[in-house]
Amino acid sequence: MTSYILRRLLYFIPTLLAISLVTFFIIQLPPGDFLTSFEARALASGDQADLERVEQLRERYGLDQPWYVQYWKWFTGILVGDFGYSFQWKQPVADLLGQRMLLTFLLALATTVFVWAVAIPMGIYAAMRKNTVGDYAVSFTGFIGLATPDFLLALVLMWVAFFYFDMSVGGLFSPEFEGAPWSMAKVWDLLGHLWIPVVVIGTNGTAGLIRILRANLLDELHKPYVETARAKGLTEWHLTAKHPVRVALNPFISGIGDTLPGLISGATITSIVLSLPTAGPLLLQSLLSQDMYLAGSYIFLLSILSVLGVLISDILLAWLDPRIRYQ
Amino acid sequence: MDVARNLPNGMQPALPADVAEELAALEREDASGRAVATASQWKLMWWRFRKHTLAKVSLAVLGFLFLVAIFADAIAPYDPTVTQSNRTYAPPQPIYIIENGRLTWPFALGLKSTIDAESLRRMYVLDHEQRIDMGLFVQGEPYRLLGLFETNTRLFGASNGAQQVSVLGSDRLGRDLFSRMVHATRISLSIGLAAVFVSLLLGVTLGGISGYVGGRVDMVIQRVVEFIDAIPSLPLWMGLSAAIPLTWPPLWVYFAITLVLSLLGWTGMARVVRGRFLAMREEDFVMAARVSGSGERRIIFRHMLPSFVSHIIASLTLTIPGRILGETSLSFLGLGLKEPIISYGVLLQDAQNIRAVATAPWLIVPALVVVVIVIAYNFLGDGLRDAADPYA
Repeated sequence: MTSYILRRLLYFIPTLLAISLVTFFIIQLPPGDFLTSFEARALASGDQADLERVEQLRERYGLDQPWYVQYWKWFTGILVGDFGYSFQWKQPVADLLGQRMLLTFLLALATTVFVWAVAIPMGIYAAMRKNTVGDYAVSFTGFIGLATPDFLLALVLMWVAFFYFDMSVGGLFSPEFEGAPWSMAKVWDLLGHLWIPVVVIGTNGTAGLIRILRANLLDELHKPYVETARAKGLTEWHLTAKHPVRVALNPFISGIGDTLPGLISGATITSIVLSLPTAGPLLLQSLLSQDMYLAGSYIFLLSILSVLGVLISDILLAWLDPRIRYQ
Repeated sequence: MDVARNLPNGMQPALPADVAEELAALEREDASGRAVATASQWKLMWWRFRKHTLAKVSLAVLGFLFLVAIFADAIAPYDPTVTQSNRTYAPPQPIYIIENGRLTWPFALGLKSTIDAESLRRMYVLDHEQRIDMGLFVQGEPYRLLGLFETNTRLFGASNGAQQVSVLGSDRLGRDLFSRMVHATRISLSIGLAAVFVSLLLGVTLGGISGYVGGRVDMVIQRVVEFIDAIPSLPLWMGLSAAIPLTWPPLWVYFAITLVLSLLGWTGMARVVRGRFLAMREEDFVMAARVSGSGERRIIFRHMLPSFVSHIIASLTLTIPGRILGETSLSFLGLGLKEPIISYGVLLQDAQNIRAVATAPWLIVPALVVVVIVIAYNFLGDGLRDAADPYA
């Protein structure tokens, strides 16, 4: 087991390198760059301070040198916590990202909890009441959830909240808490706002997991060991929860790896529609204005986050299910 | 039966009704059993597919939408790009078929517009005095049917060409929403197919190599697949499509987006193909082909590929909706297709902010069609997947 974990951790290093290469490739793709247009503007307005800063940045990130030099400077910078410089915000990327990454992570975590809390009971219910009205209702809701694009759900929820409850649902905080330091009241305010994006982002994953759990549980429910447990006189609830459900939950654990990238994708577009202070809006802006270090670092961090998720789920799986052997 | 045959002529024994019924049922079963034994695999699949009612309905829905896409020019009552300043945000004009409690020829009501002094917005009310008769195959703006024949006959519209009826209302620039949706169907459905086709090429090639060659090559390809699957696709799609130069002509952008969507989407296909190849490599019929001297290429294309084509079709169908949603999301964000191309995502850009949706709720209708398309593809894929293994 220990050697398996160690090997997986070692394997993480080339993955990290690959992700950094891919993101660097993406930020290099657009023709032209932000700095050139920035410099042109500075020249036009004769702003000496800006011109000097352009020179400094060019020097520091090797922007006039071949791509592999630029890549090396960027990558080695990341290793010591220097993610580059946002030309648009005139701030180091790390400062910009810190706060927003925390909220992004929080959102992903809350959504995962929501997805599990809804999908597990609904999946079990649908499997145990197969082909009843309840089962069909669950499956149908699941299908709608799967087919509805995240942004549509966000728009509809916003519209409903706006029209029928007369409240604004954009953002994660009420205006009075926007810039305030963290306090109990602010956390409470956050929770009041958090549920809409959580529901919006979570619906898709929930629908998928319900289907998987239902199918798996249906496979397990008629196996002989369930019959044995029943013959021994276990109550129906006890025997289901203790045996087949545990087996059927396996894909949930291995599913973290598949679900997390989906959640992050959903979070990106949802937070743009709901203008949340998380990853999405910043990424869109930086992509549109070719603020390449900001965009690149974001994609890089999001990818790392989901690769870490896969790693954790693999380790959990090996620990939970002794039948899985990794030589 | 034998007893009956041994009886003298003309003396049919009187069987009780339920026994007769049972016998008939047995005979029917036997007949269909013999048919099953001799039916081709495609026939078996069709029988299995037919049992899946939802899949059949979905097939019909998608068939209808594809017809709409093909004949978009004739079905759209108006040119989807013509702007009209006196119809900005005009509400839908419903078509009535009942007047004073009696069935009548379909008609719509005209619109009366006033300009609100305060917000300077155009306000509309249905004008109950102005009755517009609808007609089939009416004369409208000239267009080229299928890009070939010059004509000006449109499937339906106001029978008097001078009057306009927007069944789903108009957008910000006064363009007819229904006509725009009809044209969007063409782009959105085709981009789904095109992206999946590219994914198919990539997936079958790489998955095939991975499963057939095995060993170190398999290792490398599998790591790449895992890697791509672990990266959240939307941010990456966003990054890639942000790199498409703004100066490119619409058609290039269309293909570039297709490519972007398929670059990350081939992994699922590769997994399916690899799994099938691995399972099949050890099958007796492959060994038999090899022993009788078939070349590698013949084994792959003549013997292995046909036996899992149905699985490929099923899983392809299940990936199309993901591509369609991807395009819709990208265009919605302004990173995908752009005017003058009309896709569902482009249409939904107008519904991006809550204010627009509040003043003109009909702008959200295109999203409902997207939902229908995605659900239909999912059910169809489910049905195909069940049918793909008719012996199961």
